[in-house]
Amino acid sequence: MEMLVASAIGLMTATGLFLILQGRSFPVIVGLTFLSYAVNAFLFAMGRLTINLPPIITPDAAYTDPLPQALVLTAIVISFGMTALIVVLGLRGFLETGSDRTDLSLAEAAKEPAAAPDSDPAGTPAGEATRA
Amino acid sequence: MNNWIIMPAVLPAFTAAFLLLTLRHRPQAQRIVSIVATALGLLVAIGLAVEASDGVPQAYRLGDWPAPFGIVLVLDLLSATMLVLTGVLSLCVVLYAAAGWDRRGQHFHTLLQFQLLGINGAFLTGDVFNLFVFFEVMLIASYGLMLHGGGPARLKAGFHYVAINLIASALFLIGVGLIYAVTGTLNMADLAMKVPEVAPADQGLLKAGALLLFLVFATKAALVPLHWWLPATYAATSAPAAAMFMIMTKVGAYAILRVYGLVFGAEAGALALVAAPFVLPAAVVTLLLGTVGVVGSRSLRGLSAFAIVASMGTLLIALGLFDETGVSAALYYIVHSSLAGAALFLLAGLVLEGRGAVGDRLLPAPAMRGEILVGGLFLLCAVAMVGLPPLSGFLGKVMILEAVRSSAGWPWIWALILGASLALTLGFVRAGAVLFWASGPPGVGPRRRLAPLPITAIVLLLALTGAWTGAAGPAMDWMDATARQSLDRAGYVEAVLGPTNTRSAGLGE
Repeated sequence: MEMLVASAIGLMTATGLFLILQGRSFPVIVGLTFLSYAVNAFLFAMGRLTINLPPIITPDAAYTDPLPQALVLTAIVISFGMTALIVVLGLRGFLETGSDRTDLSLAEAAKEPAAAPDSDPAGTPAGEATRA
Repeated sequence: MNNWIIMPAVLPAFTAAFLLLTLRHRPQAQRIVSIVATALGLLVAIGLAVEASDGVPQAYRLGDWPAPFGIVLVLDLLSATMLVLTGVLSLCVVLYAAAGWDRRGQHFHTLLQFQLLGINGAFLTGDVFNLFVFFEVMLIASYGLMLHGGGPARLKAGFHYVAINLIASALFLIGVGLIYAVTGTLNMADLAMKVPEVAPADQGLLKAGALLLFLVFATKAALVPLHWWLPATYAATSAPAAAMFMIMTKVGAYAILRVYGLVFGAEAGALALVAAPFVLPAAVVTLLLGTVGVVGSRSLRGLSAFAIVASMGTLLIALGLFDETGVSAALYYIVHSSLAGAALFLLAGLVLEGRGAVGDRLLPAPAMRGEILVGGLFLLCAVAMVGLPPLSGFLGKVMILEAVRSSAGWPWIWALILGASLALTLGFVRAGAVLFWASGPPGVGPRRRLAPLPITAIVLLLALTGAWTGAAGPAMDWMDATARQSLDRAGYVEAVLGPTNTRSAGLGE
């Protein structure tokens, strides 16, 4: 079982890394999802793999380690929220720039177009209404 | 048990919820509440620093669960110092933002308070997994802050920033998982006890976990070759957010010191100082690359971001020594570089606003309003960042130079730090000359009047940098004590797990 779980985690990590290295936002997001799956399964396996054992310490019986389960739960919640965020971010980026390419040059990042929100007059309430 | 220890985390958490739920559509009230809460946070931090100044670390057990099983927060000189620094920085940022920046998007103050929750929590926690959680809280809020105001360039850089941090989080979890698999604990004090006793067969696994964690902290601290995200992110975000992010790189440096000075410190047996061989060489290259970036930047914000990379290199050179003088010098420099870096970013925001279409690009443009004042402040910021007297960067660098003399290659490091300072000076001189001397006559049309609050915030930060020089004697004593305590494994373990003789009885229950 260890071999199977380990190779599954390895395969998921490899898939995730391959996709993250792509140049468009959708594969990157899918890759990040794969990576977080792999990490969750990995964390889960860190309490040693056992089958059909209760997560309660009893003096005479074997038990499964409950802590990794709690850690995985936290990790799942965080990675779920983060995936949702980066999907929105990728979508917003695509809608605003018309391209889903993820490469970026420093000159481009530093260059603030004249119409950028930063040059709004200070304190205009309109700025708040238009930008979520 | 001192209940105030949890206040730096609870106060911003409740403030953020309050701002979000009740003051959502009342920006003016939001500002006032946010400023008051941040000032209160600073007062609490100062109170805790006074509390910690007796030199004995204090543990706060959440829910009063006994230490290795429950989560602990630990207040010692190091965390108290970082809390005060966070308080000062956040107060200046809130003041700056209250002049109008906070209205460029929604929920600026809410996000800032959530970020304070994450940062303060990360400084206080005594548990590695809890550190991950607080890192995530800090990062989630920082994603929102980074994108505050929107715009295509910011969105693109934001996507990178989020993706890189998600990968770092995945590495963090793998590292934590490996450490837990080998030692069976994630409490830092308990880890510090168990790491030296790990069986030789498991040491490789533990070392892999420790080094993966180091990669994560190095990413946060922008250590070469993991620094690429920083210039793009900081140059693309808004000025208050960038100034607040100043403390986030320091969280990385703090985590390196905490985990590799304490858990994998000098007394960790086979894994003693496992990260030390990597910190110093990487820090040297970081300084070099940051300096090259400053000289080659095409915008003031890009230049500031690379100046931050260079300053992280400088401070990690000292931190990488993992001895008392090195850590003490690094801590002095951390305070300095946070204050000076924040001032520089806030100033870059003013320049960006004041120069209209040219923005902060290093090109001649019609003179901006209040050019003499802004130019003067830029001069002071540059003096602080480069490390010339009379501001505290000079003393910080002197201390670091003094500290590296214990390292074998010190003549090379001296040459590099001093050469880098010269190149940094050139970079800043070039920027200042183009921005403020080469400016043409004032253009026609209305120009933005300089608001008083942002100027106050910048002046406050620079005054504190000056005061940090004036108070260098007491500050050095404080930092020496902090460094000594942060490398003292026995004291930390005793504070968290209790005295040695009662410990075995407590664990046997």
